[in-house]
Amino acid sequence: MKRPLTKNIIVNQMPFDLVAYERAGGYQTVRQSLGKIDPDAVLAAVVDSGLGGCGGGGFPTGRKWQAMPSVATRPGPRYFIVNADEMEPGTFKDRLLLEGDPHQLIEGIILSAYAVQANHAYVFIRGEYHRAIALMEQAIGEAEAAGLLGDNILGSGFNLIIHVHGGAGRYICGEETALLNSLEGRRAIPRSKPPLPMISGLFGAPTIVNNVETICNIPHIVANGAEWFRSLGRNGAAGTKIFGVSGRVNRPGTYELPMGTPMREMIEEHAGGMKPGYALRALLPGGASTGFMLENDLDTPMSFAAFAAKGNRLGTGTAIILDDKTCPVGFIANLQHFFAQESCGWCAPCRDGLPWVEQTLKSIEAGEGKLEDLDLLTEMTDTLAPGRTFCALAPGAMASLTTGLAYFRDEFERHIRDGECPWT
Amino acid sequence: MTAKSILTAAELDGIAALISHYPTARAACIDSLKLVQEKRRYIADDVLAEIAHLLGMSVAELDEVATFYNLIYRQPVGETVILLCDSVTCWMMGRNQVAADISKRLAIKDGETTADGKYTMLPIVCLGHCDHAPAMLMGKTLVGNVDAAQLDRLLPEARA
Ligand SMILES: Cc1cc2nc3c(=O)[nH]c(=O)nc-3n(C[C@H](O)[C@H](O)[C@H](O)COP(=O)(O)O)c2cc1C
Ligand code: SF4
Ligand code: FES
Repeated sequence: MKRPLTKNIIVNQMPFDLVAYERAGGYQTVRQSLGKIDPDAVLAAVVDSGLGGCGGGGFPTGRKWQAMPSVATRPGPRYFIVNADEMEPGTFKDRLLLEGDPHQLIEGIILSAYAVQANHAYVFIRGEYHRAIALMEQAIGEAEAAGLLGDNILGSGFNLIIHVHGGAGRYICGEETALLNSLEGRRAIPRSKPPLPMISGLFGAPTIVNNVETICNIPHIVANGAEWFRSLGRNGAAGTKIFGVSGRVNRPGTYELPMGTPMREMIEEHAGGMKPGYALRALLPGGASTGFMLENDLDTPMSFAAFAAKGNRLGTGTAIILDDKTCPVGFIANLQHFFAQESCGWCAPCRDGLPWVEQTLKSIEAGEGKLEDLDLLTEMTDTLAPGRTFCALAPGAMASLTTGLAYFRDEFERHIRDGECPWT
Repeated sequence: MTAKSILTAAELDGIAALISHYPTARAACIDSLKLVQEKRRYIADDVLAEIAHLLGMSVAELDEVATFYNLIYRQPVGETVILLCDSVTCWMMGRNQVAADISKRLAIKDGETTADGKYTMLPIVCLGHCDHAPAMLMGKTLVGNVDAAQLDRLLPEARA
């Protein structure tokens, strides 16, 4: 099985330095592309590859890049930004790529920035990722010294500087327009869309924001072609993806697998199934902003399209297992605590609604719930539905609540009736 | 700057270098707060005012930013800040027990600092180490599978 994204990564070891990375074939695409093939040819390969954004949305990367106005129509600065804010509970894939193979990300940034003709790149890494920040800065220093970054890279006439920006906390920084505000030295509050960042982004200039994993795919697409990339996937999906599992499975961790691999295969074969004494009750397929999935749905291929067809989202592709000995009400209350705390406070439904949801769940947990509370919670899932709030944080929070209320109705009612938790 | 600058020469040089990475001085404000906090542990009012001045921001503008981000401390914290994850996988894998254990060893609750000024304990969102839950950051070091034996090793002066 091919695993281009993680081929250089050996867990618990220092990542490849520039020499080792180049020995393994790294930066060949940069040497062969910059100033030798048209930026549009790189862009075309990405469009044809079918690569979807790995930040959780799956939006076609090539189409996003095409939405940027041309240099001729919009002269002036253009920015390329890598979103390494990874704070979605249950998600631990970008840290692997940042710490495991920083030069792969740099190679991806150079090619991507070349394709969209951006001369400034920022990597926005969450502040808690101290090791990732240090390793990225070190690798950027090596690449600069080797002439792979800076002015007139390898004599191609193309200039690029990359700056690592370490964040200072807050989940909302991962929302791409809030990230832009944070990079400008402001509170991380989302901006209204339109205009999209491709048109008016950082400092008002055309800007692309992509996830770490999305960009790590670019060198492989450029090196091997769109056709090859598509052939890596299964069940109609393209490429590979870093999936993951946490919770009570035998081997929690990350697994690079073909996009479209059935969820069951990852959990049972790669993660070794449930720990002895535990059974799977449900799971969140891709972080805290996705909806619950039950055992009878486990054969769903892990692709953005297959999950969308089920009314759910693949999200970040790192699953969280809810086992039969963990209380679903407590699990959901924990998720809602996260969202209430991380609401940026900009729009009223989210700022006031999420704490209300949290308090209601806490009172049910504490044995003080009433049956009407369930109606209130259901109403809130509608109040905070997609399109009703300024950004996608609140609708993301509702995904697990909506599905949780539907799947665990009995458990909620039992809590309210008995006034205590049967699992603690 | 004049002789009455509170910031050290190294801090002033550091901030100047940070500004060079952005088209506006203001964009370097979060980086600057972090740089200054590195040695001082927190951002005191007079320090905040001087950074604001350096970046051409009003004090209120910079405080608005400083108080938004949870990793900028506007109050003194201990030498080492312990950030214990309270997100869902760590919760499921026993972080509340670990929190109680740390509390007992250090005789502090969330948000408090030990009397000797060595440790501050705070909850934090998912640290991206969920496959080794429960996880925490001790200073800049990420620790996974936190349990009593790990705490014996990491907090030797405060064995349970
Ligand atoms: C509340 C919130 C948090 C987000 N956090 C992240 C994040 O940490 N990393 C990320 O890549 N995308 C995150 N996103 C998605 C980004 O807004 C954006 O869609 C993504 O970075 C685009 O990159 P992609 O197309 O390569 O996926 C978040 C979105 C929302 C609404
Ligand atoms: S939905 Fe929540 S996080 Fe998003 S803008 Fe509104 S208050 Fe902020
Ligand atoms: S939930 Fe604690 S590290 Fe992810």
